Amino acid sequence: MGSVTEQVLQQIVNGLSLGSIYALVALGYTMVYGIIKLINFAHGDVMMVGAYAGWFATTTLHMSFIPALLIAMTVSAILGVLIERIAYKPLRNATRIASLITAIGVSFFLEYGGMLVVSPQMRTYPPVFPDTIFNVGGIIIKYGDIVMIVTSIVLMVLLHGIVKYTKIGKAMRAVSFDTEAALLMGINVNNTISATFAIGSALAAAAGVLMGVYFNTINPLMGIIPGLKAFVAAVLGGIGIIPGAMVGGFFLGLTESFVSGLGASTWRDAVAFLILILVLIVKPSGLFGKNIREKV
Amino acid sequence: MGKRINRQSVLTLVGVLLVYAIVQGSIFMDILPPFVALTLIQVCIFIILATSLNLINGITGQFSIGHAGFMAIGAYVAAIVVVKFHGPLLLALIAGAVAAAVAGFLIGLPTLRLKGDYLAIATLGFGEIVRIVFLNTSYVGGASGFSVPKTITWTWAFWLTVLSIIIIRNFIKSTHGRACISIRENEIAADVMGINTTKYKIMAFTIGAFFAGLAGGIYANYLYIIQPLTFSFLKSFDILVMVVLGGLGSLTGSVLGAVVMTVVSAALSGWPEWRLVITAVLLIVMMIFRPKGLLGTKEFSLSFLGKKGDKNASSKD
Repeated sequence: MGSVTEQVLQQIVNGLSLGSIYALVALGYTMVYGIIKLINFAHGDVMMVGAYAGWFATTTLHMSFIPALLIAMTVSAILGVLIERIAYKPLRNATRIASLITAIGVSFFLEYGGMLVVSPQMRTYPPVFPDTIFNVGGIIIKYGDIVMIVTSIVLMVLLHGIVKYTKIGKAMRAVSFDTEAALLMGINVNNTISATFAIGSALAAAAGVLMGVYFNTINPLMGIIPGLKAFVAAVLGGIGIIPGAMVGGFFLGLTESFVSGLGASTWRDAVAFLILILVLIVKPSGLFGKNIREKV
Repeated sequence: MGKRINRQSVLTLVGVLLVYAIVQGSIFMDILPPFVALTLIQVCIFIILATSLNLINGITGQFSIGHAGFMAIGAYVAAIVVVKFHGPLLLALIAGAVAAAVAGFLIGLPTLRLKGDYLAIATLGFGEIVRIVFLNTSYVGGASGFSVPKTITWTWAFWLTVLSIIIIRNFIKSTHGRACISIRENEIAADVMGINTTKYKIMAFTIGAFFAGLAGGIYANYLYIIQPLTFSFLKSFDILVMVVLGGLGSLTGSVLGAVVMTVVSAALSGWPEWRLVITAVLLIVMMIFRPKGLLGTKEFSLSFLGKKGDKNASSKD
């Protein structure tokens, strides 16, 4: 019995670490969707670029964790704004399908353009943290687990503060509520959308660096699956709703680690997508979403 | 009027026969390099995939990006019939296509209530689930793949492609097809006019899945080995690019898109990264400057189709 409890607690620890990555990436998805109703398929690849920026900062520039994280976040924020300005902005009034196809195009461009630039081979992240392992009553907690959970919580609190209490946050909420009304009230909608992309991409970069540090290796295609799963997390919590993305991320992380813990780790991607389809069928607005009636 | 259509049909028939005869002749005389022969069969497979996806995405306006999932079902079922039950090729192809159609019906029933982005994501999730299921099934070889003898010849691939195009074209021209187009144009209005939108959406989805399954069966019986990785999101994306490039809603556009993209990727096969980067840039530029695709919803006239047939043949020889 004791060992079962231990197993469960161990999977909770693993699930929270994994979930914090999904939650950080999901936040970007949900913010962008909330503001321009676009599924930014390239978001997972922005995370990949962030991971590479962090890798470059730690290996070539010999930086420690925090400065590397900040550099990665800055690089990705700039990339996010560039993507928005070049690829998405001309399509703001086009059909949703056209924007979606463009987003898929940007995603492939980053993946395979990345392959051309940094070569398809895997890169090993330097050990940024000590290999300390805390053994709390049989549950193994790695130093990396703690850093991951703490970093993501700090970033989420920061995001909450920005969205809730700053001027740009207020503008974001206004634009996502009603773009045209916000425009009439004198809000610079273009800058607000760019700011949303910048913040979302910076969070994704943080997730990328954490992932690189935690799993040790990075490659140009590393963003695809976590990106899709983070999207699942965002839909799960109700896309466009910030707290929903956090909860969805942790929920998905925990589900996955329990599936792996039950010895079915090869099925865990399938489980994530199954959850997605079930959520979409049963309650498409997500756990926290409100149903909006369609008007003709 | 009837006379004109007749002439155009004859022209088309002549064009189709000419393409077939030229390729079959060069295979017969053994002057066709194996790489070209492979590309030609792939063109056929992708034409079936692109036209069937166009039926769902372009004609009915339901955005699906899980087409590789149906292709995978068709491929694996056809392979099982041939390898495990020693069934004839035709039976295997039909079994694969029917299995994919059943899957399309079952997945379409609940998910087609979703709209736009949500449907896209649900179908993407479905495609990935199918792939993971095959990956974890040791009966069909799991990750290492499933060996299938090569029985598909140019004759099989070509005539099945022609048959698929004819069936899909006739479906689009029928009452049902017009109902599907009305759903694309305005679903609420179609509903109000008394069209059973759910029925027609599922019909289009099932037919699309059927032909994707057929293409999968052809693929499995041609390529010696099928692996789950072949049917990843990347494959669905490839098919989508062909449809979008040719024009959502244009059948001849899909054929054109499939031919162009398959030939371009065959030409760039030595540099796979470049191929995908170019495809991606092409797609973005296309969406920004010509979101309707090369042909939009227009079709080549039938007489032009005849000419185009000749052009395909000459570019391949």
